[in-house]
Amino acid sequence: MAKAAAKRTKASPGTAKGARAPANRQASTEELLHYYKEMLLIRRFEEKAGQMYGMGLIGGFCHLYIGQEAVVVGLQAAVTEADASITTYRDHGHMLACGMDPKGVMAELTGRRGGYSRGKGGSMHMFSREKKFFGGHGIVGASVPIGTGLAFAQRYLDTGELTLCYFGDGAVNQGQVYEAFNMAALWKLPVIYVIENNQYGMGTSIQRHSAQTELFRRGESMGVPGSQTDGMDVLAVKEAADVAVKHVRDGNGPMILEMMTYRYRGHSMSDPAKYRSKEEVNKMRAEHDPIEQVRRRLLDGGSVDEAALKDIDKQVKAVVSEAAEFATNSPEPDPSELYTDVLVEA
Amino acid sequence: MPIQVLMPALSPTMTEGTLAKWLVKEGDTVSSGDILAEIETDKATMEVESIDEGVVGRILVAEGVEEVAVNTPIAVLLEEGEDASALDAVATPAPAASAEPAPAATGGNGMDPSPAAVVPSPSPVAAEPDVPAGTEMATITVREALRDAMAEEMRHDDTVFLMGEEVAEYQGAYKISQGLLDEFGAKRVIDTPITEHGFAGLGVGAAFYGLRPIVEFMTFNFAMQAIDQIINSAAKTLYMSGGQMGCPIVFRGPNGAASRVAAQHSQCYAAWYGHIPGLKVVAPYSAADAKGLLKSAIRDPNPVVFLENEILYGQSGEVPLLDDFTVPIGKARVVREGSDVTIVGYSITVGRAIEAAAALAEQGIDAEVIDLRSLRPLDTATIMASVQKTNRCVSVEEGWQKFGVGSEIAASIMETAFDWLDAPVQRVSGADVPMPYAANLEKLALPQVEDIVAAAKAVSYRA
Repeated sequence: MAKAAAKRTKASPGTAKGARAPANRQASTEELLHYYKEMLLIRRFEEKAGQMYGMGLIGGFCHLYIGQEAVVVGLQAAVTEADASITTYRDHGHMLACGMDPKGVMAELTGRRGGYSRGKGGSMHMFSREKKFFGGHGIVGASVPIGTGLAFAQRYLDTGELTLCYFGDGAVNQGQVYEAFNMAALWKLPVIYVIENNQYGMGTSIQRHSAQTELFRRGESMGVPGSQTDGMDVLAVKEAADVAVKHVRDGNGPMILEMMTYRYRGHSMSDPAKYRSKEEVNKMRAEHDPIEQVRRRLLDGGSVDEAALKDIDKQVKAVVSEAAEFATNSPEPDPSELYTDVLVEA
Repeated sequence: MPIQVLMPALSPTMTEGTLAKWLVKEGDTVSSGDILAEIETDKATMEVESIDEGVVGRILVAEGVEEVAVNTPIAVLLEEGEDASALDAVATPAPAASAEPAPAATGGNGMDPSPAAVVPSPSPVAAEPDVPAGTEMATITVREALRDAMAEEMRHDDTVFLMGEEVAEYQGAYKISQGLLDEFGAKRVIDTPITEHGFAGLGVGAAFYGLRPIVEFMTFNFAMQAIDQIINSAAKTLYMSGGQMGCPIVFRGPNGAASRVAAQHSQCYAAWYGHIPGLKVVAPYSAADAKGLLKSAIRDPNPVVFLENEILYGQSGEVPLLDDFTVPIGKARVVREGSDVTIVGYSITVGRAIEAAAALAEQGIDAEVIDLRSLRPLDTATIMASVQKTNRCVSVEEGWQKFGVGSEIAASIMETAFDWLDAPVQRVSGADVPMPYAANLEKLALPQVEDIVAAAKAVSYRA
């Protein structure tokens, strides 16, 4: 587990204080219910995707976000719909959190014409201009300069908006990440770099892939401030995000948020996960699960009872079932689609 | 013996320059390291230092004289103990201006062997079919044509901006962006750090968001650092997004061999990018095409790889004086009509093909020369129409032959015009080696006029 010698917030999933919330973080019931529902949607969606992969309905690579839900839900809660988001290939959760239709996402996973990319992109390559979600990128690290370019355009057009640029601990050693940090700092671009540190770049633990494991410090040489946060606690994520959003909107340039998180599933569906113990995974699930943390807060607060949460569970299940059904029944793309969308007709 | 001060070569491709200013006068004593004069090249104004000690005996080329060929004596220094009478022993004033490079500046003598010495022959065919007859023409360099194209498009569309290394304050490493910073300001003409991968990706992101970036690579050799962003991000995302995420971006810069810059700086990427669906690839030869195609590239909603050639930058040509002159991407041009053999080239090889055609004409072979102008889409219709007329074809490229542009042309002809061929297609190309530095080896590595002539004679079954 990474050492948590943080600059602003000391945290890592391993050192967080269990599932009980620190009393000093307050959120309204409404807010908590929103987080609960959003995170549960991602969790159930991903579980269904895993199941459908097993049934052969989804092919290729499929990287599940289970365990990391608090990161994207907390971050997206701190920005507006006009702000842009971009991430790498573990992207289903981001799309749902950006408000994309679960049916279209699932149908893209099954490679059907009802998918966001009409079946031509797959799990790693989905986009929605409407929801300001700019992918879904399959090349580790490549989305970081692209996300920086989105922020460049926002500044150029003087929109007042910002970009959330998500990537994992596996991407932080790519050279182009630093090229992007440098330009963003040089030109004070409105971008928040969210490092989702789930402790493993595929099967290589952070201790084995990074000489400097405090990833929030990776912008120090360019003067990009950073902080480290318990990414399993959605309220902590939201709090850190609020600070970063203010920093960026005030025109101070980029900021790095390192979110200490954990994926319960393998890197992809074909990952035997021999690089970590079952105990490690189980301990994380038992003590730090992001959804369970919010559930406890809601129940402990007394304003919501088990029955109300069960209702939400049911609603979410229905949404996911509907998405799965749509994705199963949507036809494959017409063969004529093979040659469309290669170029925009001038 | 008095010492001659020669016009220096200040860049790999310089063949001539302007003697902008003398900082010494006759009779001045100079020591080594003193600045003698300022020389203006096509890229920059440079100071020339004395490498010897002595007295300036005579200034041979006056201030302000243009087109002074490299190696022309520009002054004479008298060594200690010599007087003016010694001047008679050395060369009389050289002819001040010359359009031709000095003989000493070419060939294998260790000086600049620049193929820029190739003078484009006037084309016997009208400049551009789409240009109305009687249109007034201006003679400008390829460099100016590219700059004008960017300036016009930037005036026309606020979302167009230029970024790259040294494009702003330095005015362009090859002076292509000269004046653009002054006109458009630092918001739209942006100096980047030396981070090709990063700024190519940043440009792609800006294009996804709706801007129209022009990303200049100082040369395409450096774009290899960025090729993942060009191919995986710029070219493929439209398809991967089911048509949602267009990427209107131009990647431009000099491509191919310059002169004596050796293996890592002398490479043609036409075949590399020509291979990629989702890209358009353009490589103009003439000034008019440089302007018209760059304007089209900037307006194109797709990523366009725009391959320039450093040696062509300084060459002049006629450009139509029209308010909005564009050349369509994907259309080749027959630059010389002929009936016996088709020679297909692009970029700098078009000039050599034209020269080869002139040499062939003297031997009774009437060659047709096609300037491809675009590599992707490739205008196979124009090639096939020509081959159906001449029944013979030679392709010319500076790039390597294996899996190259000529291979693609030959295969296309075989597939669609096989029955019209009277001889196998011949490919003239760069030698299958990394580019050597030595002048004689570099010349051997690049397709020369004689190689094209020999290939054209071979396909014509003429010895």
